[in-house]
Amino acid sequence: MTSVDQARNALAFLEDEPHERAFDTLIWGLRVRRDAAAREVAEWEDLRTLASKIKEHTLANLAHYLEMFEERATANGAIVHWARDAHEHNQIVYDILGSHGASHVVKSKSMLTEECEMRPFLERRGVQVTETDLGERIQQLDDQPPSHIVGPAFQKTTKDVAELFHRVYGSDPDKADPVYLAHVMRKHTRPLFLSADAGMTGANFAVAQTGAIVTVTNEGNADLSGNVPRLRICSVGIEKIVPGTDELAVFIRLLARSATGERITQYTSHFAKPRDGGEMHIVLVDNGRSARLADERFWPSLKCIRCGACMNTCPVYRRSGGLSYGATYMGPIGIITMPAADIRRYRELPFASTINGSCSNVCPVQINIHEQIYQWREVMDDHGQFSNTKKAAMKIAGKVLSHPHVFRAAAESGMAALKVLPHFALYNRLNAWGRHRDIPRPATETFHQWWARTRGGNGQATPAADTTPGPEQTHHVGA
Amino acid sequence: MSAREDILTAVRDSGPAAEELPQVPDFSRSPKDLASLFTAALARLDGKVVPEPPSGIRAWLSEAFTDARRICSAVSEVSGNVDLSGFSDPAATDIDVTVVRTPLGIAETGSILLTEKELTVTTAAVLAQHLVVLLDPADIVENIHVAYRHPAFQQAAYAVLLSGPSGSADIGGITVHPAQGLTTLTVVLTSRG
Repeated sequence: MTSVDQARNALAFLEDEPHERAFDTLIWGLRVRRDAAAREVAEWEDLRTLASKIKEHTLANLAHYLEMFEERATANGAIVHWARDAHEHNQIVYDILGSHGASHVVKSKSMLTEECEMRPFLERRGVQVTETDLGERIQQLDDQPPSHIVGPAFQKTTKDVAELFHRVYGSDPDKADPVYLAHVMRKHTRPLFLSADAGMTGANFAVAQTGAIVTVTNEGNADLSGNVPRLRICSVGIEKIVPGTDELAVFIRLLARSATGERITQYTSHFAKPRDGGEMHIVLVDNGRSARLADERFWPSLKCIRCGACMNTCPVYRRSGGLSYGATYMGPIGIITMPAADIRRYRELPFASTINGSCSNVCPVQINIHEQIYQWREVMDDHGQFSNTKKAAMKIAGKVLSHPHVFRAAAESGMAALKVLPHFALYNRLNAWGRHRDIPRPATETFHQWWARTRGGNGQATPAADTTPGPEQTHHVGA
Repeated sequence: MSAREDILTAVRDSGPAAEELPQVPDFSRSPKDLASLFTAALARLDGKVVPEPPSGIRAWLSEAFTDARRICSAVSEVSGNVDLSGFSDPAATDIDVTVVRTPLGIAETGSILLTEKELTVTTAAVLAQHLVVLLDPADIVENIHVAYRHPAFQQAAYAVLLSGPSGSADIGGITVHPAQGLTTLTVVLTSRG
């Protein structure tokens, strides 16, 4: 499979200004609300540290907690299955459905089932799968993967959805009103819950102490999927285990605040036992997680609780769109998890970052995301996964950076050029840094020039030669 | 080897160095007016709080839901006209108002706890159009940490913390109601009597 050209995909998205603007505004809004929610909690940083330590402890003792979870869940009357990879997971789900003669499944949003490509697997075998999360359903109807792990359809405008629903449901194409569109969906989806043969959910958390699966939704669709049909199947990544309810509390406080800036979601649901007269199956899935756990550099990515805060704060994600990554997980968390699944296909992803560190700062479980992005670049180099352009650029950079006088000359002439170059020379197709954004105002002098002039601030200062302001910055790219 | 053994073996000897499980404090600050905090928090997600109705719950209910024809009650304060014993899932979609009592409210998030014990039929928490929840102000706790000490989280087959009517911000990032679940959520503050 060829590699995903994230930069090229991003460029196409940037050219589509209405979508690019709408997406950037929506996603940056989430980041702003996340900040407000975090500031409201005096113990926010304590919670982040606790969350990180709890995850570290759990991952260090994962076999113990998985066994404890299995024992409690079994005692609760659930049936626990284990799947080494995506195919085993899909086959287990298919076999459970088959043994009940189930041909229609309603499911709530689960990134794991996306990762396993379960829907096409089941559909090829004649099982109808209906997504019940509004955003996920929109993507399903439009035959697209999610563009954001929390709001799968965030890359679509309200107008796009109105047109899509018109095509599929015959609703009014000119009524680009979210309330109306949500009603259209409710009218068409609710009857499906009642007639479905089985319901599926993912898991935000799996509690070892109680054997419960915890889901967090705004719509209540996990509750509809999990409680209405008699057959319930929960797909759970092995890293979703938390020791007990005391620990769960920490994550519940962090998750919604980090994701959307709300204190909690409308439905925080704990499924411990099958419903009356029903069956509950839990599929514990590895699919590369144990291998990642064994990697001393990249295991911390398993702490992730899928809040999407790293994506919302990432200037590259906001301006590129989620689909540009061509991956189940996108944005910074996708950059550090997808290459482990397929190094060749995702070799370009670690370069879709400015390594500004904001992702690590907002991460509720303190994953060192930006450091891992850098480490993945090293891995790509070690594995010969640099493209020819990148190799050539690195060769030049290597020469310039290893010869101080060459570097100084390059820095000085670069800055001088920024000050005098006319607009068309900076903002054209040859300058990737000038596309779709304004070049930062150049400093009036380089560090070396400043040092020579002031001797580090101790010497006799002479006025800087040039105080002309650089180009005005007009286009916000966030912090 | 079975998948189970393979996975357990693979994770047993890998991962970070063992770290002690930290003790989670309850971050309690003992604020005074838990009911006001609860009311404000629930309003954030468009849930409504009604103070103890002076004319009684039955009278309030008929005023608040004038068009309600099918009412299902799981509380002694109100008698509905739909028999709980005959309550089945498809029928739940036709219920206009479901009335239940919660054993727990959370001031921090405006959440109420419901399990199969209170709901009788668990799907009522999502299939009912309007859910009315009676909450004794004495049952409100300060935050999520304290709330998770409630025995329901150790015992219940199904436990849900409801913090507002079903909503979605999936279209254009604007939260709208209802999505697939409850159309409205109203919490009535009234002591158990």
